[in-house]
Amino acid sequence: MKKRLLALSMAMIMVAGSLSACNKETETTSTSTGSTTETAATTDTTATGTTDNTATGTTDTTAVAASDEGSVLNIYVWNEEFKSRLEDHYPGYEKVDATTGKIGDVTVNFIITPTDDNAYQNNLDEALLKQANAAADDKVDIFLIEADYALKYVDTPYTMSVADLGISASELADQYKYTQDVMTDANGVLKGVSWQGCPAGLIYNRAIATEVLGTDDPAEVQKAVADWATFNETAVKVADAGYLMTATVNDSYRVYSNNVTSKWVDGTTINIDPNLVNWVNDSKAMVDAGQTTTAALWSDDWSKGFFEDAAQPVFCYFGPAWFFDFCMHGGEDTAIATNGGWAITEGPQGFFWGGTWIAAADGTDNPTLVADIMRTMTADDAVMKEIAEVDGDFVNNRSVVDELAADASFGDSILGGQNYLSVLASGADSIDLSNLSAYDQGCNEEFQGAMKNYFDGNATYDEALEQFYKAVEEKYPELSH
Amino acid sequence: MNKKNKSVVSYNKWGYIFLLPFLITFIVFQLIPLLSTIKNSFYEHYMSGLTEVGPNWVGIANYKKLFSDGDIWKYMENTMIMWIMGFVPQIVVSLLLAFWFSDPSMRLKGQRFFKTVIYMPNLIMASAFAMLFFTLFADSGPINSMLVSMGILKEPFKFMNSVTSVRVLVASMNFLMWFGNTTILLLAGMMGISSSLYEAAEVDGANSTQVFWRITMPLLRPILIYVMITSLIGGLQMFDVPQILTNGKGDPMRTSMTLIMFLNNHLYSKNYGMGGALSVFLFVVTGVLSFIIFKFSGNEDKYGKK
Amino acid sequence: MQVNMIEEKQKGGIRTRRTIAYIVLILFSILCLFWFYVLLINATRTHGDLGRGFTAIPSTHLIENLTNLFHGTIPVLQGMLNSVIVSVCTAALCVYFSAMTAYAIHAYEFKLKQFLFMFILAIMMIPTQVTALGFLQLIDKLHMMDSFVPLIVPAIASPVVFFYMKQYMDGALPLELLEAARIDGAGEIRIFNTIVIPLMVPAMAVQAIFSFVSSWNNYFTPALVLKSDTKKTLPILIALLRGADFLKFDMGQVYAMIAFSIFPVIIVYLILSKYIVGGLAAGSVKG
Repeated sequence: MKKRLLALSMAMIMVAGSLSACNKETETTSTSTGSTTETAATTDTTATGTTDNTATGTTDTTAVAASDEGSVLNIYVWNEEFKSRLEDHYPGYEKVDATTGKIGDVTVNFIITPTDDNAYQNNLDEALLKQANAAADDKVDIFLIEADYALKYVDTPYTMSVADLGISASELADQYKYTQDVMTDANGVLKGVSWQGCPAGLIYNRAIATEVLGTDDPAEVQKAVADWATFNETAVKVADAGYLMTATVNDSYRVYSNNVTSKWVDGTTINIDPNLVNWVNDSKAMVDAGQTTTAALWSDDWSKGFFEDAAQPVFCYFGPAWFFDFCMHGGEDTAIATNGGWAITEGPQGFFWGGTWIAAADGTDNPTLVADIMRTMTADDAVMKEIAEVDGDFVNNRSVVDELAADASFGDSILGGQNYLSVLASGADSIDLSNLSAYDQGCNEEFQGAMKNYFDGNATYDEALEQFYKAVEEKYPELSH
Repeated sequence: MNKKNKSVVSYNKWGYIFLLPFLITFIVFQLIPLLSTIKNSFYEHYMSGLTEVGPNWVGIANYKKLFSDGDIWKYMENTMIMWIMGFVPQIVVSLLLAFWFSDPSMRLKGQRFFKTVIYMPNLIMASAFAMLFFTLFADSGPINSMLVSMGILKEPFKFMNSVTSVRVLVASMNFLMWFGNTTILLLAGMMGISSSLYEAAEVDGANSTQVFWRITMPLLRPILIYVMITSLIGGLQMFDVPQILTNGKGDPMRTSMTLIMFLNNHLYSKNYGMGGALSVFLFVVTGVLSFIIFKFSGNEDKYGKK
Repeated sequence: MQVNMIEEKQKGGIRTRRTIAYIVLILFSILCLFWFYVLLINATRTHGDLGRGFTAIPSTHLIENLTNLFHGTIPVLQGMLNSVIVSVCTAALCVYFSAMTAYAIHAYEFKLKQFLFMFILAIMMIPTQVTALGFLQLIDKLHMMDSFVPLIVPAIASPVVFFYMKQYMDGALPLELLEAARIDGAGEIRIFNTIVIPLMVPAMAVQAIFSFVSSWNNYFTPALVLKSDTKKTLPILIALLRGADFLKFDMGQVYAMIAFSIFPVIIVYLILSKYIVGGLAAGSVKG
């Protein structure tokens, strides 16, 4: 508790320090902190919220802001996804070369570090820690993060509150709640936004469903996988027919881990949620009964089930919208997807998989531009629709998704023409991510890794658990069990 | 007499001059980081997310923690087992190949081709190599389907689930990547042995076994010691192959976790304290083992006063 | 008659040994080349094909993969150039200065010699992974981030290479030779450059290959030091390709890139290996 207080006061000092060091633009934001009503009035997406207070009556504030603010916008990312979204959809973005661009007079700089060996986070951490003393043009302005480690950044003063950037809650009202849960800090402050949602469902093999369950209709199949008990009963039937229920135990992990009722870490004590114990018990039973395997996700053994010539065909996978094109080999000779042999349903529990969030680094010298990028890329209906149609993202915008979900022509041939949006959208609303912790990345990875030994029969549950504790405590020395 | 001494002194200062570039570089880029590593081992110092914890002086607490659960000896054992499993066949094969190459009576054709080819696996990045191994030895991979279709196995063997097979895979990857390297080193040493010695032996009617043990091996000793020590050090630092093959987990149940993989776990949180203590341990172990090889090979007087 | 029979017998023995040697060598060669074959095959296959596991038959998509690679946003050619600069400089500095250091210990008598020799042997045992943290802090303080200098210059102090050179000199560089040169009036630097270096060529070529290859394939340090895209080396670019988002992720490109980045190493290796074989021959004549 003491540590936390200290951290908090440190945070206050740092915020104050960086603000006073900054230009007038950000000073005004510090006065507007907390008074969201003031900024909430700004609903016009092209206007810039931060300058609202000072430049009352000026209609064209963007130019003023741009000339007052920094000339270089540094964006930290681990791949090119956001870069191509920005290039394709942000009005006025000019591409200069592979990693730079221009927005007006501002040079946009992408600093891309691969995620291998944690290099991305290491690099970002280093830059953020130096943020206060960095020259204006070297400061991190925007950085992107993933859900598994979001709170590591969100729960620190290094990430700016979205409200402080002048973006009001009402502007973001169309976004799915879970995407905001991910970026909400311990005090309930929203620290980042995303243009995409990755709600996921259970993708099943139509042929096996017809053979085993007598139907391949999503609504009917859903009844056979509506909760874990029926899912496990179905698994027995599927296995009796000579098929695998899932390709590996790791397929269902996210479904369980997204539906926990407690956090991985309580204070500094590691906590195993009952739902994860359920995953272990269910999975062990399934492995022992030959209903699934312990192969790694993405491995050859895992992706065998996408093809008709698999030695043991797989009944279902769990995945979001990107899964169809990315994993299922549609269009290839013996791929089941080529003939539309899959369909999607909600599955036992709602969950999500993937996604990228945009956060503003505290101390950015381009707050106006940062805010405008966040707005345009995540809250502008027209841009959102464009992204949905061009890039196939499940965009983080209810009205756009609902509109497309109602459109019968918006189907996927991999799913035999099924419009998957309504299935996924209903899943998106049921996701509850209030139990995220800053340690999720390490804990999830190590838990699956350690339990594999139990499933494979190389260790007892207790031994595997012991190894999990060991691995997590190595990664996070402050934790204990 | 006097005059000679004087000239000796005057050019011996060049010893220092020639050592300068090495020493300066070493002090700047290695000694300073090393000293801070040792210093760090006595502090609690790591990153908790973006918050820096420490440095707080904790005395030998890090060392105590390191040895408290005895795991470190397990990782040490894993490392040594996998090193020996790779090194023994490697040295045998390399000696044999180098001997064949250097034996003038063999008159092997295509030597250049063979010498060139055996080193080539080392050109492949360890990560790419491990990716290939992974594909080949997957449960439904080509090795398994071959063994099953030939009737050797009834059902696919899960290579990644068994202690022995993971260790064998790691050892054979290390073997493949390094036996060419060792052969080249040994060959360079063997070529340094005067061919007149071999000719003399041939005239005396010595057979190739005798030539090998009486001439090649003794004269090869400096290079052999070099190979053994560097391989031991490389073995103790074994990392990327098991790391990538087991996805950093050292499965099953950490039986293929090496010391550096263990160290790497501590780097995740930038744990300077535990990482420091572990590297000091590694440093001491390597030193002791190298010293034993040195002593054992009766080489010590060579480096004594000349 | 008797002499003839012994000769016959010896010849027969050699013939069997030679046959065994050929069989063993061919087996090992296949084992070594197999991986290149697989990499090449994989480089000709599409992302989809690769997801279905391994086949031994090449596909037809090599050009397509390479075109995608070169038209993608990853600066492949720049990366190649960077890798060449870093690896060539590393190998050159490493080999030259290690020979120089070994020579200092080998040829001169001075007070601290014994201590320094043991000291260098001792530091050989420092694992690179941990000093890396301290190393990075230092690089940052020296403002050398995002520069090739911290990747190249430390190669001057390579204890392992030094140790090899020292061992080699013990066998191949008689001190009398130096005495003779001194009597002829040659300066110390000149002696080193014109007499010692040529004698050390085989050892230097061997170590040049080793250090070139390890520098070429190094991911760990460059990933931490190099930030801007124009400075990145090939292993980092491969990691970037592998970390691509789902729309762009393409194993075919990854394998094409791996094959593409192995290519120059093979060339350098073939050039230097020629040199080794030549150098070894020359060395053996001298004895």
